[in-house]
Amino acid sequence: MGKVGKIARRTFLIGSAAVVGGVAFGVYKVKTPYANPLEQDLSGGAATFNPWVVIDGDTITLIGPHGDKGQGVAHSQAILIAEEMDLELGQFQVSFGKPDKAYWNRGLADEGVPFLSTDDSFAAETMRGFMGGMVKLLGMQITGGSTTIPDSFDKLREAGAMARETLKAAAAEKSGINTTALKTEAGHVVLPDGTKLSYQELAPIAAGLNPVTDVTLREPSQWRLIGKPMERLDILAKSTGTQTYGIDLEIPGAVHAAVKVNPRQGGTLNGYDATEALSMRGVSKVVEITGGVAVIADNTWRAFQAAEAVELDWAEAPYPAEMDGHWEAMAASFTDKQLDKEWRNDGEVEAALADGKAIEVEYRSPYVAHAPLEPLNATVLVEDAGVTVWTGHQIPRQLQVLISAITGHDAEQVTLHNQFMGGSFGHRLEFEHVKQATEIANQMRGTPVKLTYSREEDMAHDFPRHPGIARASGAVKDGRVAALDLQVAMPSVIGSQMGRAQLPVPGPDSQIAAGAWNNPYTLPNYRMRAYRAPELAPVSSWRSVGAAPNGFFFDTALDELIHAAGADPMEERIRLMGHDVSRKVLETVAEMSSWGGQLGPNKGRGVAFVESFGVPTAEVVEVTNTEDGIRIDKVWVTADVGTVVDPVNFENLVQGGVVFALGHAINCEITYADGMAEQSNYDSHEGMRLYQCPEIFVKGLENGDKVRGIGEPPVPPAAPALGNAIFAATGQRIREMPFNKHIAFV
Amino acid sequence: MQLVVDGKSHEVDVEEDMPLLWVLRDELGIKGVKYGCGIAACGACTVHINGEAVRSCQTYVSDVDGPVTTINGLGTPDLLHAVQEAWVETQVAQCGYCQSGQVMQAASLLNENPNPSDDEIDEAMSGNLCRCGTYPRIRAAVKLAATKVQGA
Repeated sequence: MGKVGKIARRTFLIGSAAVVGGVAFGVYKVKTPYANPLEQDLSGGAATFNPWVVIDGDTITLIGPHGDKGQGVAHSQAILIAEEMDLELGQFQVSFGKPDKAYWNRGLADEGVPFLSTDDSFAAETMRGFMGGMVKLLGMQITGGSTTIPDSFDKLREAGAMARETLKAAAAEKSGINTTALKTEAGHVVLPDGTKLSYQELAPIAAGLNPVTDVTLREPSQWRLIGKPMERLDILAKSTGTQTYGIDLEIPGAVHAAVKVNPRQGGTLNGYDATEALSMRGVSKVVEITGGVAVIADNTWRAFQAAEAVELDWAEAPYPAEMDGHWEAMAASFTDKQLDKEWRNDGEVEAALADGKAIEVEYRSPYVAHAPLEPLNATVLVEDAGVTVWTGHQIPRQLQVLISAITGHDAEQVTLHNQFMGGSFGHRLEFEHVKQATEIANQMRGTPVKLTYSREEDMAHDFPRHPGIARASGAVKDGRVAALDLQVAMPSVIGSQMGRAQLPVPGPDSQIAAGAWNNPYTLPNYRMRAYRAPELAPVSSWRSVGAAPNGFFFDTALDELIHAAGADPMEERIRLMGHDVSRKVLETVAEMSSWGGQLGPNKGRGVAFVESFGVPTAEVVEVTNTEDGIRIDKVWVTADVGTVVDPVNFENLVQGGVVFALGHAINCEITYADGMAEQSNYDSHEGMRLYQCPEIFVKGLENGDKVRGIGEPPVPPAAPALGNAIFAATGQRIREMPFNKHIAFV
Repeated sequence: MQLVVDGKSHEVDVEEDMPLLWVLRDELGIKGVKYGCGIAACGACTVHINGEAVRSCQTYVSDVDGPVTTINGLGTPDLLHAVQEAWVETQVAQCGYCQSGQVMQAASLLNENPNPSDDEIDEAMSGNLCRCGTYPRIRAAVKLAATKVQGA
């Protein structure tokens, strides 16, 4: 975006601020950087240049404020800084830092706007700029929405460049040589005669200078790290059992806690009898918390055993006790009153359908658990002077707010030590486990309390992915897709999740439509309407959020229409595509997979395309219909992220996203009976096993003009591509996940 | 009770039915061994007893009849086991939480069968769940480790 656009965007910001209710978000306030939180803890002689770089003694620390749940951002944030700062891997340590508004997520702005990601019009860019200002003013520090790279790409490179230039200024002061004659290399400023001054020895001088902020970023051709294969900084620890996660922490003096909270989520506790639990070895006490009890013991297992021994009387669930009631509530939500928003209405859908419908079908997507392998846990110490929390979390500043509300402290008195996370997939956006640990610790002030969920407790309180029903009708004409009318009814995941976080989000929930409305196809007639079902079981963002169910709905409906038209699934998608970068994604996956070639007997292929989080992604799945069921043989994936920052991690994340999505599409659902989730462990909510894993071929494209994240986009196209492949191989169209309710897999 | 773990002898005073997993993690402080499910459905807790892979969450400590090796004893960051070397070179891990168990399972497989076929790898490794979906890299790393074991 050029300078003219930037100026225009700021101008609009002032203008529209008045429109939205008189809150004066002036240009100055939006432009002013927040104070550097690293300055608060600085020792003498140490230097910090901005909120992301500090040099103290021998140690260079780079701050990567986005949490790492396995997606590798501790590494990728650091290398963005190291690239510009001329640091080699091994010359610095990485920290998640402490929660601070300086770490507001500017990448969040793109997801919240009602414009296609492919829409770079003035209006769309203006709204993104405005949203960015809002996110900044709120100081929202969130890891999610595949925004780490979009948020960090310029910002952290600038941070590294500012540190570099300030260190050069320090070297100029020390040597008397002008900065223009100085170079930097591998943690040193190099003088014209070859003398090397280490960043560490320059830090005390740099500490006395105003940081240089007018910097030029390197051209991509000069990059040493970005885009190059490299060893992830955490790979050695994670291969040797030496990576510490929250669950591994042993804070001196800590007691172990296990909880039993009403498995009818949100239901209350009527009463309990802990007599037997209190008699068990190692158990010191049982305390009441919201909705349940906590057992305190001297060891995790003893706490688990004793928690099982507590007799509990639970109240009813605040949602339908049986699964049928959930589906009925969604099915009854296709009403004018519950229309959340008509997100798209291209052409004349009603007229196009009046000539006859080629399809009129219904799809379903179930509740699905996140179930990260590291059960949720938190260690909390409540003292009169403040609260200390050790856990892995994705919304650290809101965690401070919610924890302080329990203990009566100010949010600033809550110190969070963010931890590496053993997976999340969205579960670590939730606060309940940390709040529970705090409720316990608040009753035992001065003693650190380590709460570990059993797997069963974790699954019972997973806050699964929201379910949904879609109704699709469509028409074909002259061998082409002519019209699609798609209606989706879902409870609002954002309403449920942000309600618990006390961050209300007014207006329509974009996640009821994400993955279905925002595709860059140019169907001659396309209408997409989102209906808000009532709140049912509490739900939460699950890797790719609305785009997983909606991608399945939209792309399966499109595939049905293409087959009804007698067209080729790949050719017709390419023909309908109205966005060059996305078309290239489809063409590339067709080429990679040699689409159209001869397949062996009983084989079939399906293709799907979904744009999510700004990343157009296409996948081809190949299956064999064996005597014992469907075998998934191969998957080809193409995604355009603008710039691939770390090609090794990119491939790993894409493959993992495909495995994650296919596994859940095959065999996972959470169902409710008597108000409780019927699935309590990995034996009943399994996902994919290694023997089921197809070969997965990945290609990242870099044609898009914005840098995007790849954590979530590989997920949505996998299920529809699999369903489309099964149809091609068997003639059986599956319209409901998990697919194993309708067909066997080997 | 006497336990030999990673070459060191320990005296532990615990219930006979405490799973080995929790003795290792909470009594001996060996944190590389992970808790994932408690029902032998995920394999994160895999250790070796007498050189063979077992799920420590389903093994009573009183049933341990030989020396125990954990991920922390198999090799160290400074002195990697061949399987760990392969795991690093293949860059398998994402969140990494299951990888202790994956490495231990793979090491056990290669002890018994230094040159496993694709089907044998699938069969041996399918009890170990990876929620991040690193299976393609696990397969590649087992094969790389096999070449290292055979070359050693």
